[in-house]
Order: sequence, then structure tokens, then C-alpha cells
Amino acid sequence: MLIKRPSPGDSANILPSEITTESAYLNRRQIVQGAIAAGLIGTAGGWSRAAEAQTELAALTYKRNSQYSISDEPNKYEDVTTYNNFYEFGIDKDAPFRNSRSFKPTPWTVTVDGEAEVKGKFALEDILKPHALEERIYRLRCVEAWSMVIPWVGVPLGAVLKQFKPTSKAKYVAFKTVLRPEEMPGQRYPVLEWPYVEGLRIDEAMHPLTILAVGVYGKALPNQNGAPLRLITPWKYGFKGIKSIVEIRFTEKQPPTAWNISAPQEYGFYANVNPNVDHPRWSQARERRIGGGLLASRVPTQMFNGYEKEVASLYKGMDLKKFY
Amino acid sequence: MSEVAASIRKPLGSSRTLIVRRYVKPALFVLCSLPFIALVLGAFNVPHFELGTNPIEHIQDTLGQWGLRFLIITLAVTPLRDWFNAPVLIQLRRMLGLYAFFYVLMHFLTWLILDQGLYWQGVLADIAKRPFITIGFLALLLLIPLAVTSTNGMMRRLGKRWKTLHRLVYPITLLGVWHFWWQVKADIREPLIYLTLALLLLGWRVWKKIRTARD
Repeated sequence: MLIKRPSPGDSANILPSEITTESAYLNRRQIVQGAIAAGLIGTAGGWSRAAEAQTELAALTYKRNSQYSISDEPNKYEDVTTYNNFYEFGIDKDAPFRNSRSFKPTPWTVTVDGEAEVKGKFALEDILKPHALEERIYRLRCVEAWSMVIPWVGVPLGAVLKQFKPTSKAKYVAFKTVLRPEEMPGQRYPVLEWPYVEGLRIDEAMHPLTILAVGVYGKALPNQNGAPLRLITPWKYGFKGIKSIVEIRFTEKQPPTAWNISAPQEYGFYANVNPNVDHPRWSQARERRIGGGLLASRVPTQMFNGYEKEVASLYKGMDLKKFY
Repeated sequence: MSEVAASIRKPLGSSRTLIVRRYVKPALFVLCSLPFIALVLGAFNVPHFELGTNPIEHIQDTLGQWGLRFLIITLAVTPLRDWFNAPVLIQLRRMLGLYAFFYVLMHFLTWLILDQGLYWQGVLADIAKRPFITIGFLALLLLIPLAVTSTNGMMRRLGKRWKTLHRLVYPITLLGVWHFWWQVKADIREPLIYLTLALLLLGWRVWKKIRTARD
């Protein structure tokens, strides 16, 4: 195996015996999906069939990381899995749920390239094998001024990246989403430049809050949430959380990012949640918490989405109005 | 001019007019209210009418969309009358126009009350600072005199000026399309459809005017 095991203590204190290996869960998932494809599961039509398929996602074994979890009540599973921005499957919020059924998240490989010593094409389960899965209950703040609380399951990105031994030239990390217009109907329209690309400064990527998620609510990620692998940076707007990642590249220069390419005056590279820097077309001072119903009013947006204590030092001395 | 006069002096004897007034208008009234009723049912969680994960956004978007649709439908009445030689259509125009106002007003009230929670500081700042909200609000303000002067009495009192005043519906519709266009993130297909329709209808009106002026 090309991947070096990270030193003990990198990942939380969990017995190896407690961990479901990624390959085990991915295999289970494959069996389930095969069964669905063969018509053994979910014979009802449309919506309910999809709902049934969702419940068949493999259960994961993980430990809650309470140091990095907030105590807010998470949103309902239905909210998290039917209200998504994933333009690859269509622009309506329920389009990813409706249109992602034929997407195949297994088998999955990730290409690692750029300023690193260990490069190549790796099976997802091999990349994840050395790491214990953690649950992190994070706030997610969308640039559209709504938010949710989501129990992700994943691994710290930093620990994963260290396996590839980035060189001193690696100042940034760039990510790329899979390009499969045949399975992702949204990619047939030039709403954004496909494939979706994102990037982080290396210190942001190495920050302990940054994770690669493989699951949500204790189960494997549904397709509409970015299966099988997506980025989570809870102090940044949701669009930084690139989904269905197939490429990780270490770069010396700041990599291009999808929404910045589309509308540079509206979406910056940093995209840190900031109530004091408005989107040119709408205020970012307050947000709607999804799940509050018809009469719940907006709540104030917090600096760095409430993660100011953890991440403010990353941006010391920077003009956040300029580097939005 | 002739259409205004016709709708003021309703020939009571005409059986066609009677049918329109007794059956077509009430039916149209109910039909136009259906999108609103669907939202009300949704608010009470009636099965099949659920408002989804972000109910306020859904209500607001739906009402705004229908406001724009009714504006365009209202603009289409006169051309349709001409193309199909169906003067009876003019009798439905006022109701369609008032429904446009109704949906736009409800769209605004949803934003004001449900979305902003009457948070005046934010509301006023948004109207002043956010161009897409400013133009949407302007469109609503401009609709008010049209709704107020939609009665027979007002038509009579304003005479020729009524028609001039009601031409405002063209800039209002364009403001509405612009308002919609400006707030979408990337996919402009739906506002593009509305813009095309509004420009076609406006173009037809201009073309007709030029032609009559030449004759």
C-alpha cells in the first residue's frame, strides 16, 4: 500500500476493533444498491421508492467528537437529505434528491496530484482505511442566508492529506468533483463551469475543524449529499463544501473555484461566513434556520458561523471585506 | 379607447356578456385563486400540498412567480383579443390585473412578515440598499394606483388619462422580471422566459402603434 499510516494519536482514541472499515461499509452499500438495481428492494414507484432506498444506506461505526460538535439540536434527516444545493443534479432544492438515484458512488477512486511526494490514483477505502470515523455536529450556513445543523461522519482532512506528504511548495489544496453528465443531469447545462472545483489554503485544509465527510446521521452519505466523499468547512459558506470529490491536488498558487469563476464579484475564494460583509445582492446579517416552520424568525448570523474562536487566527491582519 | 368605453357601458341585453358575467368570471375567479389556496392548504399541512423544507421561501417564491405570471397574462389579453377577434376577453382583464396585484402584494407581505418578521431595521435597509429589492418594491408601489383606479367609476372619471396611467403595467412587468432575474443565483432560464414574453407583448404593442400611426 502506498499510503503511510499516520502516527498514533492523530485520530481519536478509538479501538481498531470498534471501527467498520470503509471497504466493509462500501461493500455493504454496493450489495444494497445492486439489490435495488435488480428490483429486489424498493418496488414502489417514484418518491417512496427513493425514500426506501435512502434508508438502505450502510450504517457506519464512529465516535462522536464532542470537542468539535455543537450542542444544537440537529435538523431532521429529511431536511438534510431533501433540501440541497447540488447543481450537478439540478438547481431546485429537491432536484438532487429526485435526480441522483442513478448515480454510482461505488467503486470510487481519488486522484492525488501536484506538490506532494505520494501521488497517484487511490481507491477511496484505501485512503480512509487508516482513519477512525468521527461524528461532528456542525452548523452549515449557506450563502443564501439559510442554515442547518448536521451530524456529519467523516475524518479530519488534515490527517488524510498528511498521508500524501505535501511538499513545502504545497500552499493550497484544490478539489474537483466527478464529471458524469450521464448520471448527473445538471451537468448537461452550463449553469456553472463543470466540473465543480474548490480549494483551500493549506492551513485551512489542515485545520482540525475541516473534515472529509463520508456519512451523515450515522449512515453513508446519500448521493444528493455528495456521496461518497465531500468536504466540510463549517466556518465557510456551504458552497465551499465540494461534493463527490475525485481529485485532490496540492498547488503553489491559489486554485480557481467554481462560484468565483461564475460570479467573481459575489463569491470569493475565502467565502468565510461573515455577518458584516454582505453579499452584493442580499444581507448576510441574519439567517433562516431550516426546520423552524412558518413563524420562526431569522436568527443573527455569527462571525465565522460561530467558529470564530477556532479559526479567526487564520485570517489575522486580513481585510475580510476584500478577501470575501 | 373603444375597449374602455365598451366595458363601461355594458350592454345588459347581450347574452354573451351575461354568460361571461354569470359563469366565466366566477369560474376564472376561482381558477386564479387556486395557487393561493394551495399555499393555504400547505400551511395547514394538508397532504399533497406540503410546503417543503423551507416553507417561507416556498410561499414567497410561489407568490412572486404567480404575480409575474398574472402580469404577463394580463398583458396578453389585448393581443389575444385582436388575434382571435374575441372582444369578450377584455371583460376578464381587470380581474386578471387585480390578481396580479394580489399575488405581488402577498409576495411582499410574506417577505415583510414571515421572512423578515417585521424586523424594520433590516426591511428598510434592504429596500434602500439591495437593488433587486428596491426595484421589486418600486413595482409594487406602481401597481397600487392601477389597482385603485381599476373601478368603473375611476375609469369614467379619468377618461383618456386612465389608459395612459395603465400603460404603467409594461414598466412594472419589466421591473418584476428584473427583480426576479437579479435574485437568482445562476440559472436564469425562468426569468428569461418571462422577459421574452414581456418583450414580445410590448413589441407587439409598439408595432401596432407604429402601424396605426402610419395609416
